Amino acid sequence: MAVLKVTPSKDTPKRDIAASFGSHRLGLSDALVWALAIFAYFFLGAYHQLGTQVIIMIILALSLDLAIGYSGIESLGHAVFFGIGAYAAALFALNVLSEPLTGLVVGGLAAGAFGFVTGLLVLRVRGLTQVILTIAIGAVVLQVATTWKSVTGGDDGLAGYQVAPILGRYSFDLYGHTAYLYSLCVLAFVFALARILVNSPFGYVLRGIRDNDQRMRMLGVPVAARLLLIYSISAAIAGVAGAISAQVTGLVATDSLSFLLSGNVLIMLLIGGMGRLTGAFIGGIIFVIFSDRAAAIDPFNWLFMLGGLLILAVRFTPQGVGPWIDRMGGYLLDRRRKP
Amino acid sequence: MTDLLRLEAVTAGYGYGAAAIENVALSLPRGSSLAVLGRNGVGKTSLLATIMGLTQMASGKITFDGGEIGGIDTYERARLGLGYVPQEREIFPSLTVEENLSVARVDRGKWNIESVFELFPRLAERRQNFGNHLSGGEQQMLAVGRALVSNPALLILDEPFEGLAPVIVDQLVEALKRIRKESDMTFILVEHHVDLALSLTVQALILDRGQVVWNGKSNDLAGNKSVLSSLVGIS
Repeated sequence: MAVLKVTPSKDTPKRDIAASFGSHRLGLSDALVWALAIFAYFFLGAYHQLGTQVIIMIILALSLDLAIGYSGIESLGHAVFFGIGAYAAALFALNVLSEPLTGLVVGGLAAGAFGFVTGLLVLRVRGLTQVILTIAIGAVVLQVATTWKSVTGGDDGLAGYQVAPILGRYSFDLYGHTAYLYSLCVLAFVFALARILVNSPFGYVLRGIRDNDQRMRMLGVPVAARLLLIYSISAAIAGVAGAISAQVTGLVATDSLSFLLSGNVLIMLLIGGMGRLTGAFIGGIIFVIFSDRAAAIDPFNWLFMLGGLLILAVRFTPQGVGPWIDRMGGYLLDRRRKP
Repeated sequence: MTDLLRLEAVTAGYGYGAAAIENVALSLPRGSSLAVLGRNGVGKTSLLATIMGLTQMASGKITFDGGEIGGIDTYERARLGLGYVPQEREIFPSLTVEENLSVARVDRGKWNIESVFELFPRLAERRQNFGNHLSGGEQQMLAVGRALVSNPALLILDEPFEGLAPVIVDQLVEALKRIRKESDMTFILVEHHVDLALSLTVQALILDRGQVVWNGKSNDLAGNKSVLSSLVGIS
């Protein structure tokens, strides 16, 4: 019988950052959405504020994708982290320091901490019960924000805080140019972080948990701890999105905690495609721009059009638009290669 | 030789109702191997599930490497050195072969991803393929490889040859022999191919209705046609 020769490990336990961030599973849609995001700055004209809203929603959708798309955590209350990040950043600017980058960190930490605490409860269950719990937590926090007027401003919202220039140089202007670039830089950072995360061994573990959590336990993975970690990270990123929103708009309203926002961000992911990061880009862009245009065309019935869009998206691209773009791109490339 | 695994009067099941295994006792010395035999539905998989902490234990004691493990979580048992290859293989479909291996890897022994690829060259060729793009035989190789890279002290295999083509079964049998020879790994094998199971193991036990009805050397059982006929249904 042949003797098995065991060689020293050449495998991937120490996957470096470059490997995790490399071209792993990059598709055509990745390049497309980044090009759009960068060049949009020069072509947006009067729509920089809308562009900023798109980017904020993309960050929020990215955070939800880490929870739902990569880890199988079902949530319909993700806006609560967005709102907490927004309130934390606004209160920090109002009472402590108006420097925006520190405010981002504060918003992220506050939401991440809340994600950690609520995750201890939410992650004990799965499926519909989990969804209901996330909705319930969102409803409780919304009620607290509405009634605790001395801190949150209640239904009037929290306003009157100043945000200092970024790095002491770049002030937020009326036209939203600085806000657009600021939020785009944060998006680039968050995207890089998320990409490293999902292509690291930790990311593989998350996908394994999503596929079969029981099997992952049998392999020695503390599933509950891993899920709690990604849920907290996801919440922190949602909080960063909320903090940007608070900083660039100068107002935090209770609708930043609403079920409607949670539902909207889930729709963005459904449109763009879950578990692929770029789905957040595609879904965020389509959703926010479509909503804006639909509301401009018919302010009373625009939700009807939005519903129609969702039905069409689910009917014709059940995995989201992202994979469809990849397939179309692959088809076109194949046609070009043929003699 | 010290016992690596010891079960004392273990009764366990799935929630309320009848126990799946009842008053089971066994001891498995380090470096040994055990075939668990019996007809369908007698509790073979439930016995393995109980060792892994996937059932509710009503009574008894399970000791692994000298420590009581009856009350600890499944993932902690795996971390202590219990490797489990389930009957359904349960490959992660959204991960590649290499990623399936890397999520299980624990650097505490001689097995790593490259040595698994040496053991199963077919997996090396498929290292970038997703789990759901593998054949049944390749999935089984991956399931075994994934258990190996955690460098378990005890490898538990639940019907690893079920539904596989004879040529794949031969490859897996060869691999198991090499694993034993090279790693001195202890293992438990649940298998319907009785001759195969007995040829690969030192000890054997037969379960019937959740209870151990025969326990002894595999060689002795292989020559005892009457026991095999009456308790396992082999003519």
